[in-house]
Amino acid sequence: MDLENQQRVKDLAEEHGPENMLVVLGGAEAEASGLAVETVTNGDPTFAGPLAGVQLGLACYHVLESEIKEAIDEDVYEEQISMMEMVLDVDDIIEEVKTYREKYSKYKL
Amino acid sequence: MLEGKKVAILGDRDGIPGPAIEEALKTTEAEIVFTTTECFV
Repeated sequence: MDLENQQRVKDLAEEHGPENMLVVLGGAEAEASGLAVETVTNGDPTFAGPLAGVQLGLACYHVLESEIKEAIDEDVYEEQISMMEMVLDVDDIIEEVKTYREKYSKYKL
Repeated sequence: MLEGKKVAILGDRDGIPGPAIEEALKTTEAEIVFTTTECFV
């Protein structure tokens, strides 16, 4: 996750309170999506960015996960998201995101 | 379920871009506070 975005997420969590935050990902593949979850929950695993050693524990979901998908208007989901849903390896992505979330998120939906 | 949540969107240039996720989440009760599109890899 790029360093500038790590800083933004850190600032937003301070401003709004980590318990009120939700991070939604649109990552194309499982491993990178999992790393993004790890970064906003347990800290930057590469120890390069502002979230190194910072355990925000944020609620973090991929937009393709049912918790998010089902909250979105069906027509808009169809228009904005569903085309990519057809080409991405949805099961792999969701499994990876869920694994890290269950391990490190302090907050959930 | 998303009521009162402040959402940071981290879209992906090769996956689902930030603005597409933002449009979709605008139809929920969540409040979007940040949107970006990263190159995840």
